[in-house]
Amino acid sequence: MSRHRLDHLDELEAEAIYILREVAGQFEKPALLFSGGKDSITLVHLALKAFRPGKFPFPLVHIDTGHNFDETITYRDEMIARIGEKLIIGHVQDSINKGKVIEQKGKNASRNALQTVTLLDTIAKHGFDACIGGARRDEEKARAKERIFSVRDEFGQWDPKRQRPELWNIYNGKIHKGENVRVFPISNWTELDVWNYIRRENIPLPTIYFAHQRDCITRNGQLMAASPFLNMDEDDVITRRNVRFRTVGDMTCTAAVESYAFEIDDIIDEIASSKISERGARMDDKVSEAAMEERKKGGYF
Amino acid sequence: MDILKFITAGSVDDGKSTLIGRLLYDSEAILADQLEALHASNRKNDDGTIDLAILTDGLKAEREQGITIDVAYKYFDTDKRKFIIADAPGHIQYTRNMVTGASNAGLAIILVDARKGVVEQTTRHSFLVSLLQIPQVVVAINKMDMVGYNEDVFNKIVADYKVLAGKVGLTNVTYIPVSALKGDNIVYPSSNMSWYIGDSLLSHLENVEIKIDDLSSHARLPVQWVVRPQTEELHDYRGYAGRVSSGSFRVNDKVTVLPSGFSSTVSKIELYEKQPYEAVAGMSVTLHLADNIDISRGDIIVSSAGQPQVSNLIEADLCWMDTRVLDTSLTYLVQHNTKTVRCKISEVLYKVNINTLEKDFDEEFKLNDIGRVVIKTAEPLAFDPYQVNKANGGAIIIDSRTNVTVGALMLRQAVD
Repeated sequence: MSRHRLDHLDELEAEAIYILREVAGQFEKPALLFSGGKDSITLVHLALKAFRPGKFPFPLVHIDTGHNFDETITYRDEMIARIGEKLIIGHVQDSINKGKVIEQKGKNASRNALQTVTLLDTIAKHGFDACIGGARRDEEKARAKERIFSVRDEFGQWDPKRQRPELWNIYNGKIHKGENVRVFPISNWTELDVWNYIRRENIPLPTIYFAHQRDCITRNGQLMAASPFLNMDEDDVITRRNVRFRTVGDMTCTAAVESYAFEIDDIIDEIASSKISERGARMDDKVSEAAMEERKKGGYF
Repeated sequence: MDILKFITAGSVDDGKSTLIGRLLYDSEAILADQLEALHASNRKNDDGTIDLAILTDGLKAEREQGITIDVAYKYFDTDKRKFIIADAPGHIQYTRNMVTGASNAGLAIILVDARKGVVEQTTRHSFLVSLLQIPQVVVAINKMDMVGYNEDVFNKIVADYKVLAGKVGLTNVTYIPVSALKGDNIVYPSSNMSWYIGDSLLSHLENVEIKIDDLSSHARLPVQWVVRPQTEELHDYRGYAGRVSSGSFRVNDKVTVLPSGFSSTVSKIELYEKQPYEAVAGMSVTLHLADNIDISRGDIIVSSAGQPQVSNLIEADLCWMDTRVLDTSLTYLVQHNTKTVRCKISEVLYKVNINTLEKDFDEEFKLNDIGRVVIKTAEPLAFDPYQVNKANGGAIIIDSRTNVTVGALMLRQAVD
């Protein structure tokens, strides 16, 4: 009898594949929410492992704020061409045009908050009963309490009081019409797990994750990419910096970090060592910036 | 590196929050913003040190408002192992949440207050840990600083607990004297208890054997999804996708498909672009069989050499998790692996008073009640007794009116 056990990345992978297949088996019209960030890219890779050589039993859905990094859109389109799966795009601009949301004004204007409306409209339009997302429990306290199968009401709301018990590996996907389930296959992964997995599986990433030269401005103590989407004034000074992005969202709300991590090994070293400084007893400015970034990441989902 | 999932059981007064806080803090697993909050907080211990219970306080505040009386998952790792803590509330009304957290745990830490010793709550937690068959138990005897780090106090509690462990049927119990508040024997060995020669809690967690009984069990693979590309070049491709829940499958193994009972052999195992010779418990794979058999989601592929029981009348332990009482006249749904069928609880044999472990015959099943029942299912289930094979012995009850998970079943045996 064999006695070998799975390595932790194998175990996390097997669990995520199992969850993806449960979605396929239990729901009529599931979708995979794809943002172009490393977590949803990992989900797509896991879906390949879950369903190939068959097709995905769900489309990918991208909620496009219109303020994306060009590199993200390029990556998205190349990836779709490579894997040959269906992509549905929900445009925040459409929601703005219909008057369902109003563009924010001022220096800190962002479309980040607006995308929720577009997402819910897209879910309603296509009648999705399950939406697979790349959120992780290690991101923040509220996420730490969420189930793998997380039931949302017809307004898309999460009610912690109504969470179902979730036992063993049995996921209850039964819902009433109008409700839907958010499913988080990589709940149990940490940020470092995702990076180690991407390295192990050799998964291609958008170039903005790696160090590169970019025109930036400093806003609220953070480095923001200079872009037409950012409301700038004469006080803003553009400087050329060597940066990369730890998370990827809108150009208006995703801050860069100064970095010389050109390869994935460098990125993993950078995150691992930044974690050590985060854990240290001494707080300095750099560390609190990293903490801000973590919070932003929480808001992103 | 492997992963140990564990749960902590104990009421707030036993120092559970402080224990988790100390474990995370001393193993340097706290993120910057949490640490910042710790240092900035006005809440300090009497000696001016930071109050580690604050780490779970954000959650506590939520609980006080009645928002989340629920399990929180925390993650940390050391050089030796990754850990997932299911931080479940210990209070009696949250038994269902403890069961949720405990169902996947490989180890349970049961906290005992050194000043109070083994109390009623200890019995309840120990019973649940035993019922759910958590393979490893640590009894952390906490607040040793408040009893002068006295060895006799520790020994007395160990002796008392051994009696309880015998009663509820717990084996693999490790006893560690700790002070979560002062940090004795949590991550660092204590200089205050030189009489204790065992490991610190973290050291024990790092080194304890993770039970691999699932590998020695018979092979089981509940079918989740049938992969059928139906393209020109893959016209005849039929793969049965699922996760091996116990044992292992090898190419050429003889297998049986249940409940139909058809037999075949494994012709190929696929994991994306790889074709491993063996698929062991825990792996998500796609199996191919030599013969063309009608197999769909809800079926289970098993080793022909060791087959599960197949029955539609099954005796089981039931933990009721809903505010609506169990209605034996009602038709519910039972979900076992990937199969969901209609069912009734045809008979309640008894309930257990989980504080005294006495049987109770006359009351209805209410929220958090635990007892033994007979379940009748619309189609037969292919199951193993939970005590023998957890992965194929657990099931949930769903109320089809609300769609909510209302019960946890630990299947025991077919009723003739």
